[in-house]
Amino acid sequence: MGPKTKAKSKMPDKILMTGNEAMGEAAIQAGCRFYAGYPITPQNELTAYMARRLNQEGGVFIQAESELAAINMVFGASCVGSRAMTSSSSPGMSLKQEGISYLAGCELPAVIINVMRGGPGLGNIASSQADYFQATRGGGHGDYFTPVLAPFSVEEAVHLTMLAFDLADYYRTPVLVLADAIIGQMMEAMSLPSKSGFKKKILPKNWTLGRTQKRSSSIVRSLFLKEGALEEHNERLRKKWERIRRAEQRSALYRTEGAKYIIISYGSQARIATVAVDILRNQNVKAGLFRPITLWPYPERSLVGIADKIDMVFVVEQSLGQMVEDVRLSLPGKKISFLGRAGGGVPTAKEIVRFVKSKIARKR
Amino acid sequence: MPIMEHKFKRPKSLKDADTHYCSGCGHGILHRLVTQAIDELGIRKRTIGVAPVGCAVVAYNYWDFDCAEAAHGRALAVATGMKRLRPDLVVFTYQGDGDLASIGLCETIHTANRGESLTCIFVNNACYGMTGGQMAPTTVIGQKTTTTPWGRDPKKGDGWPLKVSELLLNLEGVCLAVRCSLSSPKEILKTYQYIKKAFTNQTEGRGFSIVEVLSPCPVIWQKEPVEAMRWVEEHMRKFFPLGAMKDI
Repeated sequence: MGPKTKAKSKMPDKILMTGNEAMGEAAIQAGCRFYAGYPITPQNELTAYMARRLNQEGGVFIQAESELAAINMVFGASCVGSRAMTSSSSPGMSLKQEGISYLAGCELPAVIINVMRGGPGLGNIASSQADYFQATRGGGHGDYFTPVLAPFSVEEAVHLTMLAFDLADYYRTPVLVLADAIIGQMMEAMSLPSKSGFKKKILPKNWTLGRTQKRSSSIVRSLFLKEGALEEHNERLRKKWERIRRAEQRSALYRTEGAKYIIISYGSQARIATVAVDILRNQNVKAGLFRPITLWPYPERSLVGIADKIDMVFVVEQSLGQMVEDVRLSLPGKKISFLGRAGGGVPTAKEIVRFVKSKIARKR
Repeated sequence: MPIMEHKFKRPKSLKDADTHYCSGCGHGILHRLVTQAIDELGIRKRTIGVAPVGCAVVAYNYWDFDCAEAAHGRALAVATGMKRLRPDLVVFTYQGDGDLASIGLCETIHTANRGESLTCIFVNNACYGMTGGQMAPTTVIGQKTTTTPWGRDPKKGDGWPLKVSELLLNLEGVCLAVRCSLSSPKEILKTYQYIKKAFTNQTEGRGFSIVEVLSPCPVIWQKEPVEAMRWVEEHMRKFFPLGAMKDI
């Protein structure tokens, strides 16, 4: 049962939607025909959108009894070959980690959207980027990674959700879309593309369960008890992660021509950082923005590529400092300053400008 | 025409393999019953089995149809995803008491309550077998386990044996809730009939069917196989009465 690429209902060229709804529509356009989820703010509009749209498209929507059940329903859906998705927000993502580890171990494609909110614990429902470590370091138990895509606008949330399905099927892996409360809740005009732009050829799924043609029985498993068998499996997975690391790094630049100072931010924080860059440029400070789109694999190649000409690096996050560690790993020996706010605090453009200018002044 | 005919054959759904199960374990009998029912109903080519975490985790080594492994307690959620997308398939879970009645009880109740068209084979052996014999929700009062070294005692906060079939029978989505036993040939034959019924309920789209099976675990119980069968009769049945609680 392959995914249908064209959804039945026609969409106008430009539409106004919240990020949450837009990611839902993107999933439908990408051929997602299974969604299971559990209510949690600030992503509830996405779940409600899928309930309505999957019904129209003849797909399956299930309000699960828990995040655990939801991710495992997605596991089952993926086993029989459907493009399947679940979404949640930070506390719910902790519960989904078990299932994500099993998806990775069983090499099952699936898309998981995390509309991040403040933590730890129940935290709050404001925007946050505090799940970076969890998202980019596997998150569950065992040696694995999942590609992580971080949108900075509603339109990009649509592109990346569609891309997530293609990456998931191509590499047979769960893929995370790491959005935040601002991206999920804000409303923007955007156009809906028909394709993700993913160029590689996605092969038909000849590994699914429940195929009726003549063949021997198939098994989906992540248990390898025979001595050496799990190591072999892990080694095969490692090669896959390496392939992804090489081929799927994505990032964007903003006003980096002639820049001496570079701000590094992702998601909604990068959106705010573009305003800071504009202000700094108006004040003749040669600042630019480097914006990772894939958080795993981290776009270290492009970052290293521009770092030579850069005097100072500023990392700005809605956390106490998580992505900054990947910047340090990518740019050893480089002077890196960090500005972060946690628990729903969002560094403003003014704060960023003040921070950058104070660091430059201190260096002089 | 040959005078003698070979009638009692290995079901096609059951692989010709040595199992890892202990001698006297109930899984061997139950695997046979499940695979025989699948063969007899002619559904082997469209069946998916979902294996639990527990002793039967590698049941797919012995079953010859499509299988998936689920995380501990999540088999019914996985099965729900499969069946909703592919109502033409026959999907069943095969779960132990730790898997279904402890860590997966939430999934069990909600899958049953949604009336998912699934078949659930629930193996109740009153202990955690694979991890070495800890107290299960179904451990009977007074039964010694590694975590109840002086016997399960509700007064000490160990709780009472959890009666899953009784718990589920009031849910509207359940069409069959029955408790069977592997403790005698007569009960084994009854178990077989109910397993077949549970699969037929699914192919006819009647709702959720659960067949709870009292099953011996001689090694953990530290009993001879025959003695273990007797223990099912004498001790387990006191807490877990047999028969169909609901059959509509």
